[in-house]
Amino acid sequence: MTFVANFSDTTLRKAVRVVAKLPLSFTVNGEPRQVFVQPWQTLLEALRDELALTGTKEGCSNGNCGACTVLLDGRAIVACCMLALEAEGQDILTIEGLAKDGRLDPLQETFIEYGALQCGFCTPGFLLSARALLNTNPAPNEQEVRLAIAGNLCRCTGYDKIVRAIQAAVEREA
Amino acid sequence: MRPFTYAAPQSLQEALDLLAKANGTVRPLVGGTDLIDQLRQRRKTADVVLDIKRIPEMHRLEYVAREGLHVGAAVSCADTAAFAAVRELYPAIRASCLLVGSVQIQNRASIAGNVCNSAPSADTVPPLVTLDARAAIVGPRGRREVPLEEFFTGPGQNVLRGDELLLEIVVPPPAPHSSNHYLRFIPRNEMDIAVAGVSSLVALRPRGRICARARIALAAVAPTPVRAKAAEAVLEGHVVTSELIEAAAEKAVEACRPITDVRGSAEYRKELVKVLTRRTLRHCMASLGQPLES
Repeated sequence: MTFVANFSDTTLRKAVRVVAKLPLSFTVNGEPRQVFVQPWQTLLEALRDELALTGTKEGCSNGNCGACTVLLDGRAIVACCMLALEAEGQDILTIEGLAKDGRLDPLQETFIEYGALQCGFCTPGFLLSARALLNTNPAPNEQEVRLAIAGNLCRCTGYDKIVRAIQAAVEREA
Repeated sequence: MRPFTYAAPQSLQEALDLLAKANGTVRPLVGGTDLIDQLRQRRKTADVVLDIKRIPEMHRLEYVAREGLHVGAAVSCADTAAFAAVRELYPAIRASCLLVGSVQIQNRASIAGNVCNSAPSADTVPPLVTLDARAAIVGPRGRREVPLEEFFTGPGQNVLRGDELLLEIVVPPPAPHSSNHYLRFIPRNEMDIAVAGVSSLVALRPRGRICARARIALAAVAPTPVRAKAAEAVLEGHVVTSELIEAAAEKAVEACRPITDVRGSAEYRKELVKVLTRRTLRHCMASLGQPLES
């Protein structure tokens, strides 16, 4: 896909902000979706503002906190550092797609059982980072678990309960 | 973010044409983990964001005998670190790729992006400099290669012209009997920017511990990544001992021109260079089966 135009004129640029939306076709939580986005909208903004999938949280918006973690073709990424249009043709999993057929993911179950959340704002990001880890490494040790969630910040729990919940899910899936 | 146009050409020629003809500032995009934040913070501007990830050549990840390693500009740090030849032959490249941000960042960010962003603290650069890596650049006049050591001209500045793209990083095969290591210092365990970083490479003569070749490259202690050539000279042609490593570590400090900032004072950075040079050199000797008594 190529889209080229000259937006150097300020007036034109302002007009463009209002009108220029481009089609984006991608798969979100297993379903093909088409939305219209502005080239400068991030994937995070597209998910929240165009698809109303507000489970993906905006924290720092600069790639440090991990609150906006989603899976792109199965790998954890931060949706704030990716343009929506980059997702053309790709497969995105958000927290809304983690439970399957009304059944919680084992990680969601153990997070509840271990009380691995307090305010909950960081939880979707932690769950998706943990899911990406278990998808590629079904038997991680504690160090590997901690490394996998190093890019997710929680200001409430102190992390230990999160680590234990992930380890419990590992055992449950074994 | 201020409005810009997004272009994702599917061929190199299309991308180069766009660079040559576009009005205003064109910003090549790979992982976006630096660029998108810089655009949002208005530290950089863009009229066109040029996504190079749909160009097949940019995804080359290959080890060719005698030529070495080719890492295309769109290859993520995670994929680079996981590549069999990198695991086997280039442990310092692997280590540095796994130091760039979090798992989420490593899945998007690339060595090429780290190189083009040209931060003095870029973690992937010092190991590449010690390995004599080259930046393969394409533009309207064809392909040219620049030794990575000569690529950087200042903080955030490099030799790339406006109509050129970084195509790939080429790393020669490692010398026989050689070892390479990278260490950076940060005040926490993960997810931070280097206060100082040092990569060392030692190649020994076939038998014994005479140093045939040494390379030492420093990060975050000068306006660009720098080589500590005087420290390398201390080692080359000599039997590597603890005393010699100590002398090289002292010499490495002379290559620094550090600043004092929130991450550390200039004096502290110099001390770190000494410590990290010593540790990386000792690590190299140990992994060559020539551990030094402390």
